[in-house]
Parts: sequence; structure tokens; C-alpha cells
Amino acid sequence: MESFIQNLVETHSRRPTRLLAILRAVQARYFHIPNQAIRLLSKELNIPTTRIIGVIEFYSFLHLTPRGRYDILISDSITDHMLGKHNLMDYLSNKLSVSPGSVREDGLVSLDNTSCTGMCDQGPAGLINGHAITRLDRPRIDAIAQLIDEQMAVEDWPKEFFEVGDNIYQSDLLLSSRLTAGQGLQSTFARGLKETLSEIDHSGLRGRGGAGFKTAMKWRFCAEESEQERYVVCNADEGEPGTFKDRVLLNSYADQVFEGMTICAALIGAKQGFLYLRGEYLHLYHKLENVLEQRRQSGLLGNNILGKDMNFDIEICLGAGAYICGEESALIESLEGKCGIPRNRPPYPVSQGYLNKPTVVNNVETFVATANIALHGGAWFAAKGTEKSQGTKILSISGDCLRPGIYEYPFGVTIRQILADCGAHDVLGVQIGGPSGTFISNQELDRILGFEDLATGGSFIVFNSTRNILDIVRNFTDFFAHESCGFCTPCRVGTSLLKKQLDKIVDGHGSAGDVVALEELTRLVKNHSHCGLGQTAANPIIHTLERYPDLYQSQLKKISYEPGFDLNASLETARRMANRNDAGAHLAQVEE
Amino acid sequence: MSKTFTLDGKPIPFEDGQTIMQAATAAGVYIPHLCHHPEFTPHGSCKLCNVNVNGRNCSACTFPATEGQDVLSETTEINQDRQKITQMLFVEGNHFCPSCEKSGNCQLQGVAYHLNMLDNHFPHFYAERKMDASHPDVMIDHNRCIFCTLCVRASQQADSKDVFAISGRGINKHLIVNSESGQLKDSDIDAGDRAAHICPTGAILIKRTGYTVPIGQRIYDHKQIDQVSLETEHESHG
Amino acid sequence: MANKIRVATTSLAGCFGCHMSFLDIDERMLQLAEAVEFDRSPITDIEHCTNCDIGLIEGGVCNSENVHVLREFRKNCKTLVAVGACAINGGLPAMRNFIPLEECLTEAYLDGIGVENPQIPSDPELPLLLDKVRPIHEIVKIDYFLPGCPPSADVFWKFLTDLLEGREPSLPYELVHYD
Repeated sequence: MESFIQNLVETHSRRPTRLLAILRAVQARYFHIPNQAIRLLSKELNIPTTRIIGVIEFYSFLHLTPRGRYDILISDSITDHMLGKHNLMDYLSNKLSVSPGSVREDGLVSLDNTSCTGMCDQGPAGLINGHAITRLDRPRIDAIAQLIDEQMAVEDWPKEFFEVGDNIYQSDLLLSSRLTAGQGLQSTFARGLKETLSEIDHSGLRGRGGAGFKTAMKWRFCAEESEQERYVVCNADEGEPGTFKDRVLLNSYADQVFEGMTICAALIGAKQGFLYLRGEYLHLYHKLENVLEQRRQSGLLGNNILGKDMNFDIEICLGAGAYICGEESALIESLEGKCGIPRNRPPYPVSQGYLNKPTVVNNVETFVATANIALHGGAWFAAKGTEKSQGTKILSISGDCLRPGIYEYPFGVTIRQILADCGAHDVLGVQIGGPSGTFISNQELDRILGFEDLATGGSFIVFNSTRNILDIVRNFTDFFAHESCGFCTPCRVGTSLLKKQLDKIVDGHGSAGDVVALEELTRLVKNHSHCGLGQTAANPIIHTLERYPDLYQSQLKKISYEPGFDLNASLETARRMANRNDAGAHLAQVEE
Repeated sequence: MSKTFTLDGKPIPFEDGQTIMQAATAAGVYIPHLCHHPEFTPHGSCKLCNVNVNGRNCSACTFPATEGQDVLSETTEINQDRQKITQMLFVEGNHFCPSCEKSGNCQLQGVAYHLNMLDNHFPHFYAERKMDASHPDVMIDHNRCIFCTLCVRASQQADSKDVFAISGRGINKHLIVNSESGQLKDSDIDAGDRAAHICPTGAILIKRTGYTVPIGQRIYDHKQIDQVSLETEHESHG
Repeated sequence: MANKIRVATTSLAGCFGCHMSFLDIDERMLQLAEAVEFDRSPITDIEHCTNCDIGLIEGGVCNSENVHVLREFRKNCKTLVAVGACAINGGLPAMRNFIPLEECLTEAYLDGIGVENPQIPSDPELPLLLDKVRPIHEIVKIDYFLPGCPPSADVFWKFLTDLLEGREPSLPYELVHYD
């Protein structure tokens, strides 16, 4: 192990900022991070063991105890559930003789749930040793079980298990763009850097991750910082359940993503860029590395880009299973090899980001848009959309519709139009912008996409009338409790309390004051949490409470109070040990 | 004329670079807090010091003071929320004051008293947490840890060591110790370290010093935490 | 006499320390007796409470009998009060929550030091233990909380006189303590 670790550390130039990548490599080789590796890394990188353990215990894909040699994770997104995930998990669990959350005794296989893997249009999906696997069904599970029994290396499994489709159904400005490598950059230099920033300004482009900060303004702020060492970061930590458009952009439009980053670097004066790729998209890693290499060979990256006095390169950094790293300051912490805990702001990343240097962090789609705006000009982009929301938006559509996949629309499009295009019928509601976004009912289908009405990072999940709203809300609420980084009290404790309180109501143990108590909690978590995760974690409950108050009330018993735990079950140990089963050995949940 | 902002309607002078907390403390106004300590880098995690700045909630300990800010702190609503956040800390861990050596001198308790918290309100988590009594002079009772990171910061910033860290995610967060065994006895901690004395609760205690002060003479028996806090922290901020 | 306030008290998983502290109101008890009469309470030996105005509960819930008594109080008392640390958060008895119940019973009745004739008591007359000791607000709705281990006599006095005189009960800083 010693030589493996030493070589690994050398490969990463002994930089503690590369801790996440190093730990990913150790995990892949030993199926966990052994104690000895922690001690060696501590010595080689000159960082305390506590920092390494802290990182391991923060990220879902890193483990202190061994996982199976075949480590299977099944996506727990609501869309996977709608595609029958629950039954498949049972089937898989039986087939492999391993229960979810555990490692089989022989150490060969482990099974667990994982947050949305971004394959909602081709689920149920999962990850096998980190590689995305799609369209799971019983025959495929049978085949997988057999391959595992035969101990066939995952690399040798049938390729079709790992096929990931783009499923583009509707293209507009960006998806129909035929921009070739270097075109946007050439236009940028030809037009002039300042002039290109003006074009981006005139395009009205706002960040496509969901928050919608004006891109040109962000870049200008960063460029105006006195500190000369600056960075460009592409946020490809696409973790919002139901979002997968960045995966498609990186699969088929990677050159445009990197082009946008390079233009940004030229405009703000950065020499180094990072693509922070969520761990779930490991399957894209080598492809993206190849695109980068081609760009280096074409003079679009590296020294003297396009013969100009510009040096810039891009490094791909993989995440390791943490939704919170989609928050830009948490992402920067993660890039620095630390736990993804959002920073206090101000200072904002544009003035103190990566290594406390000015840093632009933008979404994948934002960079694609800037590459195209650099080529076609701001007016080309601003001609589409609405006055307050210019341009187009790429949506990831999944759930109850005939054609789940990728759709690009000018802002201002109605939800009704989108639903018609994707073949959605008998709609109950739509989750727009993912669990952290907005739930709208079928009474609101004339609302529009745009910052003035329904802002979105791109997730668009359709539910038809066979779906149970409370099941949906519970899935989302569990998600946030699982993904809370735990930094601040209201989110760390509050998201778990929300889960408990919602479970109490949905499981039929709620009584008179329980919905009020739930509302009180949503307010606390929303108003006092440190970052966007906590501030939006209660949205699924808040939005459905607003729209379906009777649904919640109807879950309540007409009594003043009921315990939130199973009273009779809590006597089980004593009952068993005393070998009793008389009437006195049981308790009713509520008084008769 | 120095710059000012208003805190609950009262003008508070500040200097550039000061946080709302620093300026308020220097002006003799208490804002409830647990993870903040004037000697160490602000952390902003307990959220007890959340104040409303121009309509938006911000942590007073990390948010910079700026000219003309309208800050609300001592409103009924904010204090009710602070009480709820304190109650969250009480149900998350296992806080049994009658059996805790820190009782009477505990800031978590002191803040709860100050906010007139009479019960824990939320359902308990019944977290299974351990103790580390391995060290001859210093002990950790994880049941009482609130993840304020004061010990982490004190160890780094005052003791030039790196004895503590917070590990894990979400509700599974826990304090870990930098030693090969993970136990305190094998770490660099010394009973004289700042980190061994900084804990606002009874999670890190010096052995054989408990219950030396009789009930009635302990820090928060008669003085409220606002008064104690201003007396001890005013100088560092002033 | 007819319009005296009826008060019931009980100790669940508690030590009666709160009751002792209540008695520490000393001669004020006479004053209280003019306005209050006691229903079910260790003071009266009444076995079941009926139509009370105020129920004072000491102690948390550790077994099935505690649940039944607590429910009887909730059903019969207009205002139910959690008295003391154990009622509010389980208190010292809840420190057994750190040890699984199975281990507690095994140690106490089967293989602990000095155990003779090892067997788990199984008489149907005996209440069974809950796997965790719980605060009473997790079982029934509670209207007021009086913290302290025990709450001082002044806490009882202040609370009851507030209620008797029609004020919303409140405790000043000096009276709020958790130990």
C-alpha cells in the first residue's frame, strides 16, 4: 500500500487540494479508505488525519469500512420510484442476498440507495462501482446477478448496461448550435474582450443554475478585483433531483462548455479553470479528458491560445456524492480538497473564491450560452425569451410523460405547452426546478418559465393523477435531510425534524396540532438556515400545504394528541424477554 | 463622525471591517450566540445570533456592519425563533443538566435561561453518543456536543495544535480527535490548552474540577448570560 | 367550598423529589388549601383522578403503567403540567437510554453480579418497560412546563398563584433552572 499511496500522491503533485481525487482512487482500489492509507496520506500531504477522516465521512462515495467488490447503488430519485424502483430494489436485494445498506458476508457485493443519479429519463438507474447503469429491469438484474456470481470485471460487462442516451426532443438556440471548437474564442478575440463582455451583457444572460445572477456582472466584478490570480469554475455538480441536462451538454456539447470557460478566462484574466463534475457522471470523465486534450492540441488550451498572449488550462475534478457541492462556495471548498460546507458570505467567490482568489463559478449551460453569444452576439440571444428573462432554457423533463428527455424553450413558454410537447396527460402537478424549486398544481398550467414567474435550474418532473402527493413530498424531504451538510443548527436538526414530523402525519399518527407544528418547522428551517439548501428544504412541504391543505388535514386523527412513535412496539423487547403476551403487555397507540 | 447602523432603533457606531456582532458588543448590546467567541475566527453555524438586516436574516457574528443598516434583534419573533433553535440543540444531543458538571456555568443552558426556554418542545433524537474519558485530565462527553467548533478553532488558533475536527454530514456530525487511536489520551491535548476550556457546554471538561462551585454561586445562577457575555467579551471587541 | 380548584398530582418515572419540593412551600400550603383541594395525589391516597382543573406530573415515562396514568391525567385534567426535568426530557432515568433495554434487563436479572435465581420477572401484574424513557410531551399534549431538578417551592407557588389569579403563568429568570 505504501508505494501505491506514494505514487498516487506524486501523481497529484503532493497537493492537499487534490485530496478528494486521491481518496477516490484509494476507495476504488481498496473498496474503502483503510486506516493505514489515512495515516500515510496524513504524512505525505502533511495534513492532520482528522481532516482526511472528515472528508471521508462527508462524501457518500467514500467509506471508512469496506464496501463490496461490486458496490451497487440504486438511485432514490422520485422518478426512479415512479418507474418501479421499490420493487426492483427488493428483487435485486433477494437475488444478491444482500439487504440495502449492507455488505454481503463474503464481501463480494454491497447494496445501498443513493440520491438521484441524473438518469431520470432512462431509469430506474444506479451506479455499479461508480459507473452509471440505466434502464434497470428484472432481466437486467438477473444478468447483473449472474455476472457478479461469475465475478466478471465490471469493465467486461455488456456495454448496453452502461448506455446513456441524450434523448433530445426539442432544440432551440443552444441545442441546435453547430459552433465548432475555437469559433467562439476567435470571435471573442476578433471583436475584442471588452466588446465581448458587452455582448454578454446585452444578451441579458443570467446564470442557468437557478439563482439567475447576471453573468456579465459576475464576470465584471471578478475582472475588477485587484488580485491578479483568478479562476474559472464550471459547476457540473448537477445534483438537483430530476436534472440531467448538464450531463447531455457535457456528453454532446463539451467543446462549447470548455469554449465558454476559455472565453470567461480571457475576459477575467484567469489562467486555470476547473470543471467540477459530479461523481455520478464518472462515465463522462475520459470522454471529457479527450476533448480537453484535443483542444490543447488545437491550440485552444494551454500556452499562447490561438497565438495570443493567453495561457489557460482546465482540470476536471470529480465529486464524491454530495448534493451540497452544487452550492458554489461549497463546491469551491470541495475543489480545495475539503468537506463541501458552504462559506459565510460575504466575501463572495468573485472576490474570494478558490484559494481565496477571485473566482467565477457558472453552470454548464451558462458557459454553453456564452460561447454561442460570443459567436452570434448578444442580440441573437436576447431576441428570444421575455423582457426579464432573455434567451432560452434547457429543461430535463421526466416523470409521467411519453417522451422524457431534453427540451429547450425560449423563456416565457407556458407549462401547458411544455406538457403537451412531452406527451403528459392527466397531470396532477409539476415539480419545477426540482425539490428545491416550486410544486405547481394542474390549476396553474398557464404559468410561464422565467425569472419573473417560475425560475428553474432545469428540473421538470411531471406527476399524473395516479401519484400520491404525500409520497412525493416525503421523498423530497428525506432527500434534504440526507443531503444537509450539517453546518448550521436550523438545517442540520431542522431537516431531520421535518422528516420526523412529516412521517408522523403521513403515517397516520398526526393529530390536531401536528400540521401547525409542521408549518412552524418549515418557517424556522427556511428563514434561519445558512445556505440555499436549508432555505429551500421545506419548499416541498410549504408548496403542497398551500395547495392541498385538506390533504394534510385529512391525515390527522380527531384527537388532541398522538405519540409520534409506535408505543406498542416500544414494549417489544420487554415483552419478548418476559415472555408475555397478555393484554397488559400491550399498549394502544391512542387511548380508547 | 463615525459610521453607524441601527440596532433595534438604536444607533450603533462601527469601524470598517467590523461585524454586526463586534460592533454591537463594543456598544454594550448583547446578541445571543453560542459558536461565536471574540478571540477566534467567526463561524456562523449555531444561528442563534441571526438578526434581521434590512429584511433579511443574517448571522450577526459573520455579517459585516455597513452604514445605515437597519438591524432587528430583540423582537419577540426573533427571540421565539432563537428559543426554537436552542430547543433543536437540546433534542439533538442528550442534555441532562442535573447530572452535568457544567450545569450553572454552561452557555447553552445560560442562553436557554435567557430565552426563557421551559421545555424541549421537539421530539428527542435519542442519539447514541459515547464518552471519551481516556485522558488523565480532560474528558469528552459527546452527548453534549453542539458542533460549534470552538474547540477546533481554539486548538488551531490559540494552541497551535490540531486536536479536534468535526466529521460526518448532516445529523450524523460528530467531534473527532486527532490521534492514531482516535482517543483523547493519544492526542496532543493538554489540560492547560485553550481548547480544553473553551467548550460552551459540558462536552469537554477538565477532570476533578466539577461541582467545586456551590449552587447559587455559579455563573448563571443569578446573572443572565447577556450581562456575563458583555462583561467578558466587551473588551475583546471594544 | 364548591368552587375550589381541584389539583391532582402524580410521580411517574421520578423520585418524588418534585413532590417534596412542592411541600417546601411550607406555611403557604395553608393559604393554598383555601383555594385548592387535592384529588388523586400521594397526599390524599385517592386512586383515580376525576374532573380536575390542574394535573401536575412529575417524572418521565418508563413503563406501560406510566402511560396509563399519564393518559388518565390527560383525560381528567383541564390543564396538564410537566413538572421537573424528568417529565420534561426524561431526566436521570432517561440516562438508561444509552444502554439497550435488553442489556439492562440481562444485567439486572440474568447475569449481573450477585443475581440469584436468574429470571426476567414476568408477572402480568408488573408493568413492562418501554425501550426508551421518554418525556411526557411525547405521549400526551402538555400545557405548561416547570423546569428544575426539582423546581423550587417558589416555582410551584408562582405558577399556581398565577393560575389561581387568572394570569398567564410565567417564571422570572431566577426561577428558571434545569438542575
